[in-house]
Amino acid sequence: MISHKVIEKNSILMLVLTLIVVSIGGLIEISPLFYLESTIEKVKGVRPYSPLELAGRDIYIREGCYNCHSQMIRPLRDEAERYGHYSLAAESMYDHPFQWGSKRTGPDLARVGGRYSDEWHITHLNNPRDVVPESVMPGYPFLAKTPLFIPDIAASLKTNEEVGVPYSEEMIARAKEDLQTQVNPDADDYDGFLERYPKAQVRDFDGNPAMLSEADALIAYLQMLGTLVDFTTYDVDANKR
Amino acid sequence: MNLLWLAFTLIGAVLGVLLSARAVDPVMMMHGLLFSIAAVLSAFALISRHYKYIGASLLEDNGSGINYNVDIVKAGVIASTFWGIVGFTVGLVIALQLTFPVLNFDLPWTNFGRLRPLHTSAVIFAFGGNVLIATSFHVVQRTCRTRLAGDIAPWFVFWGYQLFIVLAATGYVLGVTQSKEYAEPEWYVDIWLTLVWVVYLLVFLATLWKRQEKHIYVANWFYLAFIVTIAMLHIVNNLSLPVSFAGVKSYSLFAGVQSALTQWWYGHNAVGFFLTAGFLGIMYYFIPKRANRPVYSYRLSIIHFWALIFLYIWAGPHHLHYTALPDWAQTLGMTFSIMLWMPSWGGMINGLMTLSGVWDKLRTDPVIRFLVASVAFYGMSTFEGPLMSIKAVNALSHYTDWTIGHVHSGALGWVAYISFGALYFLVPVLWKRKSLYSDALVNLHFWISTIGILLYITAMWVSGILQGLMWRAYDSFGFLEYSFSETVEAMHPFYLIRALGGVLFLLGALIMAYNLWRTARGDVREKEKGSLVLNMEMVGAR
Repeated sequence: MISHKVIEKNSILMLVLTLIVVSIGGLIEISPLFYLESTIEKVKGVRPYSPLELAGRDIYIREGCYNCHSQMIRPLRDEAERYGHYSLAAESMYDHPFQWGSKRTGPDLARVGGRYSDEWHITHLNNPRDVVPESVMPGYPFLAKTPLFIPDIAASLKTNEEVGVPYSEEMIARAKEDLQTQVNPDADDYDGFLERYPKAQVRDFDGNPAMLSEADALIAYLQMLGTLVDFTTYDVDANKR
Repeated sequence: MNLLWLAFTLIGAVLGVLLSARAVDPVMMMHGLLFSIAAVLSAFALISRHYKYIGASLLEDNGSGINYNVDIVKAGVIASTFWGIVGFTVGLVIALQLTFPVLNFDLPWTNFGRLRPLHTSAVIFAFGGNVLIATSFHVVQRTCRTRLAGDIAPWFVFWGYQLFIVLAATGYVLGVTQSKEYAEPEWYVDIWLTLVWVVYLLVFLATLWKRQEKHIYVANWFYLAFIVTIAMLHIVNNLSLPVSFAGVKSYSLFAGVQSALTQWWYGHNAVGFFLTAGFLGIMYYFIPKRANRPVYSYRLSIIHFWALIFLYIWAGPHHLHYTALPDWAQTLGMTFSIMLWMPSWGGMINGLMTLSGVWDKLRTDPVIRFLVASVAFYGMSTFEGPLMSIKAVNALSHYTDWTIGHVHSGALGWVAYISFGALYFLVPVLWKRKSLYSDALVNLHFWISTIGILLYITAMWVSGILQGLMWRAYDSFGFLEYSFSETVEAMHPFYLIRALGGVLFLLGALIMAYNLWRTARGDVREKEKGSLVLNMEMVGAR
């Protein structure tokens, strides 16, 4: 039998053995997720984020919303009744990175889209206690006052495309216009935009048409969360894992 | 050799200015400048150091005993104490924000979402990281009976790590984050940390290579495993593509379910290797040293080490129970998490039983009390963890404060306590004092912070289980009994108790800082003269 003394006297041997031992678990658990086809369900409707939604998502990340809000409904009776159908892996397959969260200081947001009006969101972001007196959420009055600034939205889409989100060349080329189109239902390219981003909601979200604000982007994101998959056509049994 | 380092600082300064000048967003502009300033300061430090030590051969081991690098450990002790207090303070602030939301001040820079990563990073990486760097540099020198390898390199590790902390922290407050818990810093800060970490590994390894002992001591196994595994986790989990090389924003290489498991493979092993393996290295050196007893069982150390590092890596999926992660991965994660209980308790037993024959020191030496209590907390947390990883339990505990309580029984009880014990041990040794300034203050620190921890974790147990039960409660008509906001309202008293626990814990740390400062100055509290526990290294030398 090989004595442990050999390892104890050789730092490189110890280093290499340690690396091997700590690699096994991750290799076995994580790598199959990249090739097992059953990992992500087959569903219709999930599409890449529109430029405004992506910008909103970036603000959601910037403000650390994930610290208190999950986006992952578990298949438990009370959660399904409180929040809606349990979350599918497919619904976050374009999320770089995921926003499932780990703590619900506030409620789950996986299907918050369409639950509240834009006015409610604006009031709530401005001072949460105006609409939910028990809330402990910080106020974000600055979002509606700050113009949306993105260094280069086309580059943001392009980067997402490079890490695997199926943005087309047209989507990337038109990203800057699409940012404006989504807050303006009278825009020329309204139909083209909806073709690129089916089910996207087009309107002025923050009640201030004069400015494309951070609140516009964030609310556009919140209002689309969980709205893409049509669960009437979702085949549960075919997607058992 | 110094010229090479000088060249690096020049490259750094130029790179910083370039990044700043071409920045596409204001934070990169600021961080580029900050980086440049740090590089220029380093250049000045290098040059003045060169003239200070010109012609001196101070740095080599000389015949009359070993010329340990004490200064680097001293710097680490000071940084640990400083960042500890910063981290605990921010923790208290965000605990109070959850109790009184007006304290968010409705500003971007002060809201909970940005300050929470500041708290977690400050306590884990700034406080914990500095403790690990300082103690590992101390332990590897002493157990190899040789001076720390490298002259400038250890200082690069130390100051490079502080720069990482400052870049990360200022980034959070300004809204720069990857949104991956405990891996929030953006791509450029990650690259910098990787560089620092590789040098850290090399300094550690090179010290092992010139050891005067045949065997590598068990504490160093744990330190080595901590350093290499953290490197692996850090690099894989942070793989991402920047939108622009002159901007802060990047998008992670992985999406959705893959990104979730990669993140929690990282996240759980930040606990397993940063907060456990590294700190077990502390346990295996400082408890035997302070108790003046050999480690209880050599064989148990071997089993403990290999079983722990093998099993820990698998535990990540228990953070994703009942999510869209495939069931097979969840089951695997749960199974290994439960198995992990065994090596954890094996290690606990090895630490505690080292006290065999000298249990009376628990009464007479308050520093031993910190070290032993930390191992007891370790045992408790590592029992609670496997329990919470069981899917049925997790269905209740997940998303609630129970998790927060669990983390803090480990973080405050285990990580912070073993660190406090090590710091109390180190200061008299490093500053060559016969004893601490006061043992009574150590005792006060112990009790005040223990009450703090107990308030904290009991409040979180109650609030977590209460909220979990409220979420799933049904009334007699079969409807959900409570709205979400009602469950938030129910948390208020417990959040207040938790904040009170935080106040006590912070108070304890301030007492420690005062005590350590007076000790370093060479003061001894008048009342306790003659009754203080002596620093064995000073007494033994005579």
